[in-house]
Amino acid sequence: MKIEEFKTLLELKLPGIAFKQVRDSLLVENPSDLPKVAFFLKNSDLEIDYLSSVTGSDYLDYLESVYHLYSTTKKTGLITLRVRVKRDAPNVPSLVPIYRSAEFQEREAYDMYGIIYEGHPDLRRLFMWEGFEGFPMRKDYIQEDSEWLEPEDLEWLEKHQVPVTEEMKERAKTPRIIKKDAGE
Amino acid sequence: MALAQNISTVDDGLKSELGKKGIVVTTLNELYNWGRRSSIWPMQFGLACCAIEMIATACARYDIARFGAELFRASPRQSDLMIVAGTVTKKMAPNVVRLYNQMAEPKYVITMGACAIAGGPFIDGVNVLRGIDRYIPVDVHLPGCPPRPEALLYGLMELQKKIDGQTIETTEWYQKGLKREFPIPEYGPKGLIPKFNPEIWNPREEDHRRERYGQPILIGKKTKAPNLDAPPAAPRPVPAPAATAPTSPAAS
Amino acid sequence: MEKTFAVKNLSLVDNQTLEINIGPQHPSTHGVFRMNVVLDGETIVSLKPVMGYLHRNHEQIAENMSYTSSMPYTDRLDYFNSMSNNFGYALTVEKLANIDVPEKAEYIRVIMAELTRLVNHVAVIGFLLNDLGAFFTPVLYAFREREKILDIFEDISGARMMCNYFRFGGVKRDLPAGVLDTIKDVVKKFPSFLEEFEALLTKNEILCMRCQNVGVLKPELAISAGITGPMLRASGVNYDIRKIDNYSIYKRFDFKIPLGQKGDVFDRYYVRILEMRESLKILEQALKDFPTSGDIISKKMTPYLKNFRNFKPPVGEAYARVECPKGELGFYVVSDGTPQPWRYHVRAPSLINLTILEDLCIGHKVADAIIILGSVDIVLGEVDH
Repeated sequence: MKIEEFKTLLELKLPGIAFKQVRDSLLVENPSDLPKVAFFLKNSDLEIDYLSSVTGSDYLDYLESVYHLYSTTKKTGLITLRVRVKRDAPNVPSLVPIYRSAEFQEREAYDMYGIIYEGHPDLRRLFMWEGFEGFPMRKDYIQEDSEWLEPEDLEWLEKHQVPVTEEMKERAKTPRIIKKDAGE
Repeated sequence: MALAQNISTVDDGLKSELGKKGIVVTTLNELYNWGRRSSIWPMQFGLACCAIEMIATACARYDIARFGAELFRASPRQSDLMIVAGTVTKKMAPNVVRLYNQMAEPKYVITMGACAIAGGPFIDGVNVLRGIDRYIPVDVHLPGCPPRPEALLYGLMELQKKIDGQTIETTEWYQKGLKREFPIPEYGPKGLIPKFNPEIWNPREEDHRRERYGQPILIGKKTKAPNLDAPPAAPRPVPAPAATAPTSPAAS
Repeated sequence: MEKTFAVKNLSLVDNQTLEINIGPQHPSTHGVFRMNVVLDGETIVSLKPVMGYLHRNHEQIAENMSYTSSMPYTDRLDYFNSMSNNFGYALTVEKLANIDVPEKAEYIRVIMAELTRLVNHVAVIGFLLNDLGAFFTPVLYAFREREKILDIFEDISGARMMCNYFRFGGVKRDLPAGVLDTIKDVVKKFPSFLEEFEALLTKNEILCMRCQNVGVLKPELAISAGITGPMLRASGVNYDIRKIDNYSIYKRFDFKIPLGQKGDVFDRYYVRILEMRESLKILEQALKDFPTSGDIISKKMTPYLKNFRNFKPPVGEAYARVECPKGELGFYVVSDGTPQPWRYHVRAPSLINLTILEDLCIGHKVADAIIILGSVDIVLGEVDH
């Protein structure tokens, strides 16, 4: 099915939900409508019963959550849905109640992009540890410089009675300058 | 060089003379090291890709049993050698240090593969530790991505040479007051605390990455997001222009 | 046989449960996987997988480098099947930049992908038996066969495991002389090995006792949880991407899709054995029709073999998937017209197949959890990417 036909079909069946075509995908304009769309896709005669991939994406102005769906009974697909949320309020309703396969993938998107999936039964970081700050896949994340001890490192070393040279202590006092445009 | 002198204090000529007559002469050190180096028990501890090559080494074709190191123990208490086979991530590093601390003396470490040595291809990762030698001492570094099984055997033989060079009187673990347990790093908000243990490892003076990028970390510099809402520049969905599009959009 | 859940009657006796931690350093977790298990006696009440101990920021690194430079990193995703991973990534970028693949390259790709499937399945069965307690002997057999195929890979690409052989629009270089004969030889001798393997295992009483009716996965749950690959087919769902998407040239080959009936550990084991036989069929056909001449990389992409930093796909996005031995391996790439992708995402089958691990394990004993994990067939490089 072409994406244009699919859009008209959805608009017919789900009045009141705004869609927008973005390349070969459908943008659900209002994120809170997403579960309705997913429920319709799964339970109508389209039988889109298989959510293949969920992922986040950072477009600087907004964050995006992208869904790729297929049907295992009708052997159709690919249908791509996407929702856009603000960077400072990245709330998307979770699809776990409808598609179980979103469970780990939504956790991953939360871990990497900080998209909060409302209604997820267990929204924790998937890969990074608890207590990690920031979302490493966002474009503005700056990772630590691991060649340079910082004051909290020195404090820890002192606590564990590890000798540290004066030179290193001096170095730790100077703040690091990280150039944003250093990449190749 | 201490390594060669300590092997034996008995004259080699005399030894072979006596050997011909069926008398074996050896020193305690030699006997002790012979025993130790011929039965190194590695820890069954695979981290990533290199672990598969480690298993391949243990299998029939490469057969690490020829060197007496086939007994992979799952418990650190029973093993002499830790083969750090694979990328050590920041999440895993405290566990690796803890395992090292749990091993009984004498204990040795082989870092297998570029990742365990210095981060390897994954050096730019947020969660990737740039070499396990930041927290624990390493005896043999084994480069490769992954090293071939032959390379692991070579590394094991190098370790055996190192063991041969040690003596009971001077080895570290028989000395009083020696600290062979290393503090376990903790998870911090951006990485591990501390970033390295300066007792064991210190940053190098000349740093290629700093010279090249101005800093040892790499940051993408993209400031403009692609606009997918706009229709594609090339008439992509129409199949006809495929023939008339030799001007590849990818040309620089 | 329905398993009775001991949990229900638990409160009558005592509320003492024991929480134990399996991994990350554990011989049966296939790497650095960790499970937090709550036990009542020896019965599993709850099981929480914890991962990230091998999270190597694959996506972050790939977004900072050129398209072709990510190819060796895909090798290290699922380090048993580097060729399949290359295949998935190459397909995605070909879809993104609209690149055609010449005939001969397609044949080489299919042969490599199917050889990889043999390597993976044989090793998985070896490790599954390892988890059952047949310590290392089946692995010795499995790795014996694996080495033969790895020798072929080494002849072709120069590396045993990390082949980095595929390129967008074809493959890196032509097959060296004589390799086809070696492949034919391996394909010819492989069935006898499978028979040997099966004679040892399939009707083995201990294997049957331990594997049958353990970790039963219902097809409805499997589809909803996005399970793919041999695990899904062991539950009886006929879904093989090679048949459905017809990517590459799989349409030309005649092969069947083995399906399981119950979806227990034994079915997952046996589906893999049957899949190897089907792979051998594909290999035989592909070797028979192998074109003697032709390009190995499309003309459009030839200039970028050396000069790969200038390769800039047009602005757009693409999602493509292949039937990797573990399941559906998908790549999602967004291009912004520069040499580096804007977004690069891996849909890792191992990670998503773990979603239902808790459902499979609850009510079973600890020892069963180990073999259920073994039958799920995870590789930590892919789980954590």
